[in-house]
Formats: sequence, C-alpha cells, structure tokens
Amino acid sequence: MSLQLLFDALSLGGIYAIAALGIALIFGVMQLVNFAHGQFIACAVFALILPSSQAVAELGLGRLPTPLLIPVILGFGAALALLAEAAVFRPLRNAAPVALMVASFALGVALQNLLLVIYGSRPKAVSLWAGLGHPVQIGGAQVPLLQLLVIGAVALILAGLALMLKHSRIGLEMRAAAQDFGMARLLGVRANRVISGAFALSGALAAVVALVMVAQTGVADVRMGGQIMLIAFIATVLGGMGSLAGAVAAGFAIGAASALLQMALPAEARPFRDAFLYGLVILVLLFRPQGLFAPAGAKPRV
Amino acid sequence: MLSQHTIRRRMAASTPLVLALGLLAFVLLATTMGDRATARMATETLIRVTLVAGFWIFVGNSGVVSFGHAAFACVGAYVSAWLTLKPAMKGTLLPGLPDLIAAADWPALPAVLTGGALAALLALVSGAAILRLSGIAASIATFAFLAMVNTIWANWTPVTGGTSSVVGLDRYVTPWVALGWAVAALIAASLYGLSASGLALRATREDEVAASASGIDRYRHRLLAYVLSAFFCGVGGALMGHFIGVINPDAYYLNLTFLMLAMLVVGGIGSLSGAVAGVLALSLAVEGLVRMEKGVTLGATTFALPAGSQEIIIAAAMILVLIFRPAGLLAGREITLPARWVTGRGTTHNGPATDRRET
Repeated sequence: MSLQLLFDALSLGGIYAIAALGIALIFGVMQLVNFAHGQFIACAVFALILPSSQAVAELGLGRLPTPLLIPVILGFGAALALLAEAAVFRPLRNAAPVALMVASFALGVALQNLLLVIYGSRPKAVSLWAGLGHPVQIGGAQVPLLQLLVIGAVALILAGLALMLKHSRIGLEMRAAAQDFGMARLLGVRANRVISGAFALSGALAAVVALVMVAQTGVADVRMGGQIMLIAFIATVLGGMGSLAGAVAAGFAIGAASALLQMALPAEARPFRDAFLYGLVILVLLFRPQGLFAPAGAKPRV
Repeated sequence: MLSQHTIRRRMAASTPLVLALGLLAFVLLATTMGDRATARMATETLIRVTLVAGFWIFVGNSGVVSFGHAAFACVGAYVSAWLTLKPAMKGTLLPGLPDLIAAADWPALPAVLTGGALAALLALVSGAAILRLSGIAASIATFAFLAMVNTIWANWTPVTGGTSSVVGLDRYVTPWVALGWAVAALIAASLYGLSASGLALRATREDEVAASASGIDRYRHRLLAYVLSAFFCGVGGALMGHFIGVINPDAYYLNLTFLMLAMLVVGGIGSLSGAVAGVLALSLAVEGLVRMEKGVTLGATTFALPAGSQEIIIAAAMILVLIFRPAGLLAGREITLPARWVTGRGTTHNGPATDRRET
C-alpha cells in the first residue's frame, strides 16, 4: 500500500516537476509567467492525431515508430515555443512583467481556440503505447509499467538538465541571465540566444508532459493543459519564483500531497481534491509568502 | 480664484458624470433606434461595464492583475439565484440547500445586494491570504482561487447543480436596470479612485518601495479595493444570470476572465474611462464576430467564421494592443469636463469638446 503510494507520488510529482520547470525556465530569463504553457502541452497532444470529428482519433504523427516519434514531438514543442517567442514575446521584450503575463494569457486563449477550430470541442480517445498500462509486480505493489517509465524518464531529464545548466556554455549563460539579465548582457551573453534557448527547452518539456498525459489518460482534450499548468504555476510560486531547483522540489511536493489527499479523503470529498490542493497552497503561502525555497536574491532591491 | 488643485479634483469628479451620460446616450440610441437584438446587446454591454468597472477598482488602482474576479461573479450569480428561485423549484433542482435558503423567496434587489455582499465577504477572506503575496505571485494565487471556486461549484451538485445549468431565473434585467448598476459601479469606482485609499494604492502601483517608505500599508489598501471590487463583480455576475435566465459554473470561468481582462487591457488599465472604452469597443467587436460566426450572406454565398474564431481574433487584438499601444486605447487618461466648465466661470460653448473617447 505505502509502496504503491510512493510510486503514485513519484510519477505524479515528476510530471508536475517537469511542467513546473518549463514555466520556471522562462520566468528565470525574462520574468514571464507563461500562461500559454498549458496550451503548448495541448498542442503537442493534438499534433499526434489527425483532425476529424470522430470520437476515436486517428493517429497522424503518432503512428511513427517510438524512437522517431519522441524526438519529433519534442521538436514540435520546441518549434511552437520558439514561434510564440518570435511572434509575441520578442516585440514585448521590454514590457512590464504584467503585460507579458497578460499577453501570454491571450496567446493561450488563441491557441486553445485554434485547436477548437481545427479539431472540434469533443474529447477524443487516443491509443498511444497501449501496452504500457500493463502492471508490474514490485515488492508487493502493482505498478503500471508506464509509471516506472515516467519516473525513469523524469530522473533522466532532471539529471540531463542539471548537467547542462552546470556545465554547458548555454546553461551557464541561462543561469547568469536568471541572476541579472542586464549584467549578463553587458558581459557578452546574447539575449536572443538565451531566451530562444529557454523557450525551446520549455517547449520540449511541454511535449514530454503531453506524451505522458496521452499515454496515461488515453484522451486528447482541448482543455487538458489547463489543470496541469495551474499546478505547475503553483509549484513555481511555492518553489520561489525563478528558482529551478525550488520548482522541481515543489512539483514533487504537490505530487505527494495530491496522492496523499486522493488516498486520505473520503470518497464523497474526492471530486474536490484539487480544491483542497489549491487551498492548501494558499495556506502555505500565508506563512511563507516568498515561497518555500525562495532564492536569496528574491527580494527586490531598491 | 480657484486653486489648480481644486480644479483638478473637480475635473476628476466629473468623470463618472461624463461616462454615465455617455452610457445613457448609448442606451437611448440602442432602445429607440435598434431592434430587440440591439437592445439585448446594449444590456449585455452595460452588465459588462458593471463587471469591468468593478474589476478596475482593484486591478487599475493596484496594478495587480487578478484572474479571480470571475469567481466573485459566480458567487454573486448563484447567491442571487438561490434567494430568488421559487422554493418548489429549488426543492427538485437543488435538494442540498439548507432549509433557510430553500424556503427563501426574495425580491430581486435584496437578492442582488446579498450576492454582491457575499462575493465581497469571500474576497475579504481569500484576499487576506492572497494579497500578502507580491504582484506576480498574487496573480497566480488568484488564478488558483478561480480554479478552486470552479472545482467546488462544478462538483457540489446538490447545492449548485454541478455542471448542469440552473434554469428559471427571473429575467428582470432590462437595459435600464443594467444602466442603473453600471452607473452605480462607475460612481463607486471613481469615488474609490479619488479617495485617500485609492491614491495610496496607486502610489504602491507606481513605486512599491517609495510608497511603503512613505508609510503606506500596501496590504490594507489592496484588501479594501479587492473587497469593493468583488462586490460589483458579484452584482455583475448576478445581473448576467438574471439577464439570460440560466447559470452554470463554466459561464463564470476562463472565458469570462479572459473577456474582462481583454476589455481592461484594450481600453487601458490606467483609467476608469479606459475600462469603459474597452468594454464598448470589445462588446461591439464581439457582437460583430458572433454575427459572422452565425453566417453572413453575401450575394449567393453564405460565409461563416468557425466557432472559436471570436476568441482568436480578440486575443490577437489584445496582443497587438499590448505591443503597439501598451497603455491601451485611452493611454491612462480620464475623460473629464474641461477646466472652464468646472470652475463655474468663463464662457460655455455649445459644442462640448468633452468626449475624447476615440472610435
């Protein structure tokens, strides 16, 4: 039972962490709270299927063999994010964070309705990697294979990102830009390169979330990005805005809290699980308004 | 001779008057010249003025974008519905209501006021937590609050009817009722903006550090504005319900949030006149687009935009405004009477140069 809970918490938290990273990366370099991130996820989901009015979707890109499919979808997510950056956020580079946030909200609405126009509002069943629902026995717990794969993939992605940020040139530049963008530019960091890099990474992470969500739920729904984006936001706020490690930690914490709530709440209260979760977060923020893992430089200087 | 300061204050105080007269002209025009569809459009627009003027009280003065105000509209609408629906109907539709509410059969006005008041109370409780956060984090927390209220409303079926609609609300909202509330909201918004608290709150918007160094308690003024703002959003939500006659939680969720925000941004967050201008501009645009989605016959061919293109076009307009005219259509200016009118002396011309609203 408890082992089962651990796997639930880890796989759910891992997905939340990846989504939160996608938001924190962009916030770090350009103070943009990207309200379109959920729609990046939804777009990556719909990229798998062909437009049709049927309830069972016909796979388009999703028919590619897996080793090809994963890079193609990640590339799609990255390209979409880069396009959004070039079309919407580059002209707003010097705008206030509030204007950026509102623009990203508008972009999200536009993308969602674009999906609605192309694919219709009806949720569609998608069978991607159907074999992965298969349960595996681990120490007395029944764990779906997919859950194990998700945990493994998340660990791999986090390790890869950490290595990249610590040791590669672009990673160093991103961290410098997150600390003090103006200073980094004066020292020769190219703004466009860093910001495009952050958007591409964020889009690719959104595509990862999309693949996992499709495999887990077997549904493509225009609205599917909203809930996970909200949780990712909450994770970035809890983690202290702009702290990547904080966002990941908070993502896992929220995953654990929601797995626990799912188990602990009586059946009739379960539909309200998310409401409890959001309430819990507002409560936490009451006591630590700067977030659980706020970086030292988070307070604005005069 | 009046001091410059007094003249400025009087000019500022004339803003709601000018706006109210503008709305009155709009209603007269729509009810006398247009058909029933036009009158409906006018009512809808005025309800949005109530909502957006309320929304502006908080967002315009504090500079903090709130995504949560649709939740206050939701609460206002349901409270008003609970209090005015016939008890027999509530028995079958909403069996979980407490006896006191289930037996209530209130007239319209107290029900709307109670709806607004409960929305304000909810704002007081939630704002006490949310408004301690700094700007962007507060915005995200309001978004979480919106999702929380929506989750509760969509799942608490015995009391709210869940995702299925509550029907049979008394449809008493005529253009005149909506005009009354819109004007009330404008006056309240303008009075708050001119009050000491409103000025203090705007000071925190411009420079948080300098404001707090001058002894301004940011949290207190924000909370006051939030509560007042929630009242009018609650009222606006109730009016929406009593205009269409049907309410459901999703009518008060992301689409409404988006529309209110778009109106404020397009008109200009910095001034009340901007908020009103944004409502008028976007309401006309929405009306046009809805008609296009239904289909326009051009000669032999019928041309219709696909459903959803309305939101795409409005979102694109919003982004373009943010890029090319970041302060909105009115760029933060208020529409006022000219200085010589408010001093009570000087010549008055026939041609009023007052209405600086751009078309």
